[in-house]
Amino acid sequence: MRSTRPEHKRWSVLSAPLVRTSLWLLGIALVCVWLADLQIRSTAPWSELARFGRGLIQPDFATFDTAIVALTRTLAFAFTGVGAAAVLGMGLALIFHYRVVRIFCAFVRSIHELFWALIFLQFFGLHPITGVLAIALPYAATFGRVYSEILEEGDRGAVEALSAHSGLISIFWYARVPDLWAHLTSYTSYRFECGMRSSAVLGFVGMPTLGFYLESSYAEGQYGEVGMILLIFLITIGSLRLWLRPKLVVLYLLAAPFLLGAGLPIVWGNATRFFTVDIIPSPLRNGEGVAGLASWLGDLLLYQALPGIGTTLVLTQIALVGTGIVALLTFPLISRLFVDRFRQVPGHGLLIIGRSVPEYLLAYILLQLWGPSMLPAAVALVIHNGAIIGHLIGRQSSTLRLRPDVVGGFNCYTYEVVPRLYRSFLSFLLYRWEIIMRETAILGILGITTLGFYVDSAIQELRFDRALVLIFITALLNIGVDSLARTIRWQLRLRTTPAKLEAV
Amino acid sequence: MSPLILNQAYADFGGTRVLGPISLHVQPGEHIALVGRSGAGKTTLLSLLYDRRRSDITFIPQTLGLVDTLSVFHNVYMGQLATHSGAYNLINLIRPFRTQIRAVTAVLEQLDMASTLWSRVGELSGGQRQRVAVARSLFQDADVLLADEPVSALDGPRSEAVMQALIKQNTTTIIAMHDLDLARRYANRLIGIQDGTIALDAPSRAVNTHDLDALY
Repeated sequence: MRSTRPEHKRWSVLSAPLVRTSLWLLGIALVCVWLADLQIRSTAPWSELARFGRGLIQPDFATFDTAIVALTRTLAFAFTGVGAAAVLGMGLALIFHYRVVRIFCAFVRSIHELFWALIFLQFFGLHPITGVLAIALPYAATFGRVYSEILEEGDRGAVEALSAHSGLISIFWYARVPDLWAHLTSYTSYRFECGMRSSAVLGFVGMPTLGFYLESSYAEGQYGEVGMILLIFLITIGSLRLWLRPKLVVLYLLAAPFLLGAGLPIVWGNATRFFTVDIIPSPLRNGEGVAGLASWLGDLLLYQALPGIGTTLVLTQIALVGTGIVALLTFPLISRLFVDRFRQVPGHGLLIIGRSVPEYLLAYILLQLWGPSMLPAAVALVIHNGAIIGHLIGRQSSTLRLRPDVVGGFNCYTYEVVPRLYRSFLSFLLYRWEIIMRETAILGILGITTLGFYVDSAIQELRFDRALVLIFITALLNIGVDSLARTIRWQLRLRTTPAKLEAV
Repeated sequence: MSPLILNQAYADFGGTRVLGPISLHVQPGEHIALVGRSGAGKTTLLSLLYDRRRSDITFIPQTLGLVDTLSVFHNVYMGQLATHSGAYNLINLIRPFRTQIRAVTAVLEQLDMASTLWSRVGELSGGQRQRVAVARSLFQDADVLLADEPVSALDGPRSEAVMQALIKQNTTTIIAMHDLDLARRYANRLIGIQDGTIALDAPSRAVNTHDLDALY
């Protein structure tokens, strides 16, 4: 019974806290657009795009067998990496109540799998273990957090009914897991899909997965081959539900480690040198003492970290708001409320393509077409993340039950549907904030001057001491954005657990 | 308005017949109360009638169909979305028009709800929510009203006020209700539904308590 608001004061949607927060985000993004470099630099961007489009429409299957090998490797890395991560993650979930474990997971998670790959490359070289660890480590940290959230939400009734002497492991498997099994597996299979994308992208740093073949086909201008690779990747991800069956997964997991390829042998001398020499800051190595270290660090922060942070923040903000706009515009395409089942097909197709192609790959392609600026990166991030959120809220909107006498079309969109979905829309968007930032940083490897650019340059110059400091800064930035997003979610009383949000 | 007609209409749910075949003529000016046990088919009958999607019909479903995140004002205003352009509605969402505020307030006053004008619907009690749905229907200003238990959460005097407002606003009303006393006072025709068919159809003065008891 609340009716204390003064009557003369009109309530507008703009005064709702959720909308106000969104407007702030939008305002900051507009400033960022003004700051950002969004030019198209290539001389003939559209004819290049047309040539690329022709390659997509007329894929060239001449090197199909090579691509199938690359696809097998991609699957093998994904299964081995995500499988190991799931086991590790479950272990972490059980001890997740220790603060030190939580901090450790947050840190490991905040470093992108490509950065992990770049680190492991230094001491394992092009051995498959590099790719497996690059996926397994950050994924395990994510699993740890999400599994622990799932376990927390579960009913403890069954545990209390058991004898206290049943043993922790038995209690866990008998009284906890069965109830939560469906939830755990649906989240794990979602992450496996992410793992497929990560695995493909690892090709860009030398793993024998699809990204590797795509990059070389692209470099040779073989657009038909690029089209073929994209096509088989999309089909594989699109048909995930058909071949990712519980019984088959056991088989896949057993076979995967044997299908990783041989790679190159590990040179243990490199590993030792990496830890004992390479990552020691150069002033210390050269005996310049604390003063040398201070100026080394100062230069690094001022000329690399700061500009990198600036670009990363600007691009992240543009991508975040663009993602939101694209999601809000595209979800009606797949919503029962706006289009009938048959007409949803093209919308579904569009969103599946958008969310299946990794941002990194998309950014790579657009960068080749449009030349270096923030534009290709922003567009890639917006397409991928917008399609993911559009898909999630589109599905949610289809479960809404509107009153039968509701008016259709635009009025229904603005008055009935968006107000009902806005809360979960904003939860999804804020949850993806950190993911978008992690991805933004990594796109620097492609030549956009986000933090990844400086990390990659340092590695190219074999200055691993610098690279590690920059990766550490990137991780802190991600943790910062994550906690900011969490504060906003908490203040707006939005749901905060990603488990529920992602595995919809 | 033209008469509302059902001719041998029926409804199946999951392969079983839940209603019908039913034939029904509703003349302009009739105020009909649908009575019967819960599950007898009242809601289904209302949706069959509503399926015609005539623009002169307003409908209050049992689930109310309110948007919790919007204000009472906006929820009531939604009754007239169809009569304005999309752009007008969008502006009204961001900055409510003075004329609309006045009009909506007038409707809310009839229901003793004017003080909640800017409350979010999600913050209201069950009875208040029901009156918001009623207000939306009144604001729509249609000839024919179809309503499914529109006063179930309201106390005596409040439900009287709502019934009066609904009868006054709409030329023709078809209202499902379980309060038999209220039904006999406000309706001029009673239709009793039993096991998916019409078991009783008579002017309300001609119906005695015994006839009604047979339905339950």
